[in-house]
Amino acid sequence: MATTPAVKTNHIGLSVIDYRGSKSTLCAGCGHNAISERIIDAFYEMGIEPEHVAKVSGIGCSSKTPAYFLSRAHSFNSVHGRMPAIATGAAVANHKMLYIGVSGDGDTASIGMGQFAHLMRRNLPLIYIIEDNGVYGLTKGQFSATADIGSRLKTGTINELPAIDTCALAIELGATFVARSFSGDKKQLAALLKAAIAHNGTVLLDVISPCVTFNDHEGSTKSYKFMKDHEEPLQDINFVPSFEEIDVEYEPGSGVDITLHDGSKMHLTKLEEDFNPTKRIEALTRLAEAREKNEVLTGLFYLNPGLPSFTDRLNLVDHPLGTLPQSVTRPSKEVLDGIMEEYR
Amino acid sequence: MASIDVALKQGTDSRQHREPVVNNFSIQVATVNGSGSQSANSVLLRTIFLMGVPVSGKNLFPSNIAGLPTWFTIRVSKDGYVARKRDPEILVAMNPESAADDVRALKPGSVVVFDEPLKLDALRDDLEFFSVPFDKLAGPVAPEPKLKKLLRNMVYTGVLAHLLRLEMPEMETAISKQFSGKKRATEVNVAAARVGYEYAVANFERSRFMVERMNENANKIIIDGNAAAAMGALFGGVTVVPWYPITPSSSLVESLMDLLKEHRVDAEGRATFAVVQAEDELAAIGMVLGANWAGARAMTATSGPGISLMAEFTGLGYYAEIPAVIWDVQRVGPSTGLPTRTAQGDLLSTAFLSHGDTKHPMLLPGSVTECFEFGMTAFDLAERLQTPVFVMSDLDIGMNNWVSDPFPYPEAPLDRGKVLSKEDLDRLGSFARYKDVDGDGIGYRTLPGTEHPNAAWFARGSGHNEKAQYSERPEDYVNNLDRLNHKWETARRIVPGPVLEHSAKGAKIGIIAFGSSHWAVLESLDELKQQGVEADYLRLRAYPFNAAVAEFIAAHERVYVIEQNRDAQMLQLIKMDIAAEEVVKLRSVLHYNGHPLEAQAVTESIVLQEAK
Repeated sequence: MATTPAVKTNHIGLSVIDYRGSKSTLCAGCGHNAISERIIDAFYEMGIEPEHVAKVSGIGCSSKTPAYFLSRAHSFNSVHGRMPAIATGAAVANHKMLYIGVSGDGDTASIGMGQFAHLMRRNLPLIYIIEDNGVYGLTKGQFSATADIGSRLKTGTINELPAIDTCALAIELGATFVARSFSGDKKQLAALLKAAIAHNGTVLLDVISPCVTFNDHEGSTKSYKFMKDHEEPLQDINFVPSFEEIDVEYEPGSGVDITLHDGSKMHLTKLEEDFNPTKRIEALTRLAEAREKNEVLTGLFYLNPGLPSFTDRLNLVDHPLGTLPQSVTRPSKEVLDGIMEEYR
Repeated sequence: MASIDVALKQGTDSRQHREPVVNNFSIQVATVNGSGSQSANSVLLRTIFLMGVPVSGKNLFPSNIAGLPTWFTIRVSKDGYVARKRDPEILVAMNPESAADDVRALKPGSVVVFDEPLKLDALRDDLEFFSVPFDKLAGPVAPEPKLKKLLRNMVYTGVLAHLLRLEMPEMETAISKQFSGKKRATEVNVAAARVGYEYAVANFERSRFMVERMNENANKIIIDGNAAAAMGALFGGVTVVPWYPITPSSSLVESLMDLLKEHRVDAEGRATFAVVQAEDELAAIGMVLGANWAGARAMTATSGPGISLMAEFTGLGYYAEIPAVIWDVQRVGPSTGLPTRTAQGDLLSTAFLSHGDTKHPMLLPGSVTECFEFGMTAFDLAERLQTPVFVMSDLDIGMNNWVSDPFPYPEAPLDRGKVLSKEDLDRLGSFARYKDVDGDGIGYRTLPGTEHPNAAWFARGSGHNEKAQYSERPEDYVNNLDRLNHKWETARRIVPGPVLEHSAKGAKIGIIAFGSSHWAVLESLDELKQQGVEADYLRLRAYPFNAAVAEFIAAHERVYVIEQNRDAQMLQLIKMDIAAEEVVKLRSVLHYNGHPLEAQAVTESIVLQEAK
């Protein structure tokens, strides 16, 4: 009699299947699918209940992806460039949930720039992922505002405008966890995502995700080949959730330990002696330097786990606002009578 | 012949000019914007209110912080008319810039109180002039020179107290109320009012216009519609308020913030609400939808330009079926228009806001009491119907002061609509978000955070089937759109129905009006009656209309639709809803100069059209 092999589960007893979504309708080989896979792994490994997660997105190829992971989580696919507003309203109405937003470079850096800026400024507790391919996929291959100057479309059109660096902007505007990765870098992306889940505040994670159909050719600065040749990881990142045994290999004296709000620790192996991801100015300098050298710097650029998030600042009652009972939300007749008296 | 007529008429006029006028006149105070006359005008209004006499006040102010002319009108009416009156009988002329024009516009026999240096008495000899040296009087009572400018205004309240026989003790009570009982401010302002009063006693006979005590205001309150709406939201259990400041809606949210801070903080000082000042109106409505999706009673308040910016998100709310409450305190458009003037010009653009087949319920508050009531029930409707609901107030209702009965405490509990809990799902197993289970076109929803593996559904603006799954199948799309239309029929039944405000036996004429026009229409009905025109009056309270509107039109030969816009927007909405042969009965009375509607304009237009 054959025994059924035990299904591998995480520490809350769920298997990875519980974190999956419906089948992707994106192009085969799309970097976005790899990101969805890493999201599934990260939430599974961190043992987050899918029902405690809410997914939000705007419009575009990237914004379709919340359908492809965590189907047990509520999701809101909104309008172009406006995911931040939906996320802000939801996070205020229910501050007990974990929010993940997926956007694209068009959805963020062009039509959604205003809302992006204000979300960063508020330090809304949200993992904001930009699936960044420098191109408009759904409308078949126009440049986005993160396309690098000098990059060329399939049609031969050259981009003559400078790229917007969403990471530098996010640091400038007030996000408290700012990182860049590459959809093909499983190890780094997984570590960053797990750290992002543990962070309280705005996480801006710009993931370079080549578009296999419109932006993966000679002349594109967001192709697989370009990224392989030009990616310069800033650190080796090992993220250790607090419920796992801490067992990390690293050279003593070469790292920076950062404790996240939930007690879990992030260990960063510095490549440069003098780089410190808790310093805004240094992060911005490194990004500017990489840009001058035409390199794509990846890793965690900036982290400030100590700052209160937007919902912390609102000083809300513990129970989510959305489901407070009438006994709490409708004041008594005596209150109304008192107010009426003021107007007599 | 003609010359004798003229002579006779003049004779009649001059006799009339000596007759006393009791509790039936209007005061116009002309000042410079930013000179602090608002307090003095509120004190005047409240003094008359405290004397038990029906009174209303309207602030006609420019879009400006300081420097431009501004007028405040106070109407005293023993008959209880509160609409704006076209011609004032009393002018207080404090503004050199507008004074001469203001004086020239007066009817013969009117009274002018003016600042002495303006020498207005030289302009006309058919008015009664009272010259007051405001600076000289205010100087000695001002504790510091910079207060003199403000106290000049309080001096005219004292002058008017003598001229119009206002009771000084009531005026002092009104001053104390105005300055929230603050001792020092009250003392200084009372002193200024007294200086004016004593100067007038010493120098002037009383005018023939007088306020005589009545008992019409027992237990009543004075309030503006925006504050009333804020109170409604408070007692409607609002929890999330994203907003972007815009005249004339800002004071609604500012009032609400004050109320929430006072009444919705728990013993540990933690809030049961959140107010978020958004980066623009797009973000404000987006946050409202996000919060409602997550279960909150979220609302925003805006005006026309904000409504325009909310178009795309409103369509998402309609199609993804997310509740939302949006107050539109209407001002004059198009574009920037006249930001501080009143209108009802956003009806068509709001009813169909967004692209594709969309339509939205609109509530039409006609009084401060309805601002309070709809402030609560708009949430019930939005959650019951799972759709954005607009409340179409306007600057006149929203920002002007109205005397009202106190607001009744709500009897009905909050209606949170069709929301499935974990326990429901344990019982049901699963659900289909957009399936019409009950035959009213409204599906059941779950909220994020519901602890059940089958609770989640995918909210989206893209095509979807009953299970909220992405679908481009033609039958799914049609099924959805038809169900939404069925839901619209449910809305028709449950939104506030129209009110038959007045009915005259055998009247062939019907009047349809709504919102702030109501008060002018009530007065106009009496004027029309005097001219031999009897009319029934139906006041709309919401869109979509129920059957009573079509029945009212069917029961009359001609129906005048009165509204404050150029394009007869409400008439257009009604047209879409009635039988083709009924459309010819509809006629328009349109008013769109930015000032609150006055009865005379309604009466004149109807009399003229009836004569055709």
